[in-house]
Amino acid sequence: MSGRRGVDLRVIALPWRARVLWITLACLAAVLAALTFGIVAGSSRMGVADVWTTLLGAGSRTYQFIVFELRLPRVAAGIGVGLCLGLAGALTQTFSRNPLATPDILGVTSGASAGAVTAIVIGGGGYSVGASLLGFGIPVVATVGGLLAAAVVYGLSWRQGVDSFRLILIGIGVTAILSGLTNYLLVRAQITQATAATQWLVGSLSGVSWASVWPLAVVLAIVLPFALTQSAPLEINQLGDEFSTGLGVAVQRHRTLVIVAAVVLTSAAVSAAGPVEFVAFVAPQVARRLARTARPPLIASALVGAALVTLADVMARAALGTEIPVGVVTAIVGAPYLIWLITRPNLKERA
Amino acid sequence: MSAPAFAAVRSIRLSATATLTLGLAVVLMASLALGSNPISPALVVQALLDPASDVDSVVWGSRVPRTLLGIVVGFCLGVAGVVMQGQTGNPLADPGLFGVSAGASLAVVLGAFVLGHNSMTASLFLAMLGALVASVLVFAIATLSRDLANPVPLAIAGTAVSALLGAVISFLVLTNAASLEAYRVWVVGSLSGRGLDGLPPALVVAAVGLVLALLNVRSLNSLTLGTELAQGLGETLWRARLVGLGAITLTTASAVALAGPIGFIGLTAPHIGRALVGGNHCRLLPASGLVGAITLLACDVVGRVIGGQAEVPVGVVLATLGGVAFVVIVRRTKLAAL
Repeated sequence: MSGRRGVDLRVIALPWRARVLWITLACLAAVLAALTFGIVAGSSRMGVADVWTTLLGAGSRTYQFIVFELRLPRVAAGIGVGLCLGLAGALTQTFSRNPLATPDILGVTSGASAGAVTAIVIGGGGYSVGASLLGFGIPVVATVGGLLAAAVVYGLSWRQGVDSFRLILIGIGVTAILSGLTNYLLVRAQITQATAATQWLVGSLSGVSWASVWPLAVVLAIVLPFALTQSAPLEINQLGDEFSTGLGVAVQRHRTLVIVAAVVLTSAAVSAAGPVEFVAFVAPQVARRLARTARPPLIASALVGAALVTLADVMARAALGTEIPVGVVTAIVGAPYLIWLITRPNLKERA
Repeated sequence: MSAPAFAAVRSIRLSATATLTLGLAVVLMASLALGSNPISPALVVQALLDPASDVDSVVWGSRVPRTLLGIVVGFCLGVAGVVMQGQTGNPLADPGLFGVSAGASLAVVLGAFVLGHNSMTASLFLAMLGALVASVLVFAIATLSRDLANPVPLAIAGTAVSALLGAVISFLVLTNAASLEAYRVWVVGSLSGRGLDGLPPALVVAAVGLVLALLNVRSLNSLTLGTELAQGLGETLWRARLVGLGAITLTTASAVALAGPIGFIGLTAPHIGRALVGGNHCRLLPASGLVGAITLLACDVVGRVIGGQAEVPVGVVLATLGGVAFVVIVRRTKLAAL
């Protein structure tokens, strides 16, 4: 038994490569910068110094009100959503060994979308079923829909254990079914409800309050440390299931834990802000290229996600004048950066 | 291979061919006979043989073109899916991956945004144009990465460009009601009411794409062994990629232009084809094309029958029924990885 203990200890004390460490620190700095920027931007003027003195508890009462009541909830929600999506994306791309896999493939996003759109479209139409759905609130309906869909995907993929490839294919099928339903509802809906539903489907941070931040914080506080303990098995599993079993990883247990972690993170993010597109895909890809590792580094991916969402929200609020949902801007900010990283010839891709 | 084993393999292939042919015949007949005004099979045959009969206008006027449209679109998507998954070595790759669907959708939305309204023919040409522009953009980015041996940058560039175009679509759709109206009708995917004036040019594009796909068969087979072995077998990588990408773009662009972005077939038909005939692209290419055509037609018929006068768009039926069927198949079969 002492041999197994040794492995377990190493899970926690996984050595960090120097580059990964300083890239992670740089990402943290970027998040803090985005946070500052996110609080500075707004109708009443505030300097960077004012923001930080207020954040550290020494600002005037006006500033305290502006920062803590008006601007911080939105910025904090952005950071929370970004952390959740970035981490969930890194977990999914790693366990499935597929750079195109996002948590969407686990069914969470499409389930949440189908739930929310059903509530909006039918509820807006005045039917009693829809009205009672709306009564629970869109976040609750979305969470339930997402978790249900994920459970269905996982349950259907189970055949003496879950094989990543089968899980992906089942995920494709279930996602298709749910998005078919969503599209049908959108076509049949009144144009006002279709607009409201589209608005939700893009993902937006307008209207978030501290009440939407706390669930995110709780989920992150539980899942993030836990995800880090799965770092070593994830690394080993890159060699394939047989190798992992041979090296003493309980493959099925590990995979279930990772999937549950990704599902919970995504579901928290989606219920807070709607399905903010592209973050879960792009954050791990960017983090991996910056750190030059074979698989996405978990913490750095989460931080890139947080910086991306916060920055995109600032741009949506300030730079573009009219209020645009953050989900529109994440791709406009994230995609060109990823493309630039791809086209830099000195960074050869490792499959 | 021993003689009995050989015979067994051959009988599997025969049964796959028989299944696909029979399936196609059944859905063809169903597609001609069923709809808001059902016609008996005997009358259908009569109308086909004798263009002067009573049901002629229904059969020749609306159902034959629609059926043809379904076969072309389904076949193109099935073939494009095989080439795409073979080129990228990724089971998650669908033909829309290179920005084709997103480019086409953006062009349609832009058309509605600028002009206020799109005719179906205008949509068709806009979609074709948008699809071509977007995929050229993706190839250009992937070429800049100077690593053609690796399919990952290509797939990622495609996803990034698709997301970028998708963001622009969302922006337009959220700020402009005419765009939302055009988009939500277009994005579901449907075989009805798509203008047939654009059919001939789209068919030509599709035919060129299919020929390119055939020319790509040998390369696709060697690429399944990995790019290094493929090069060792004498494959010129850039040529194999170029032909493959051309095939994907042209077939998908014509399909998307004709019926809207129907995503599901290109993703799933190859997996069903692989379960039926195995991994050799010589057989997989036509098999997957047929699976695509059968699936699309069958779903179109179902949409006509269950919807009555207000028929359910084929994209919706495809995603729901097709999704259920796909899940069942994936659960039942032993999976053949790429």
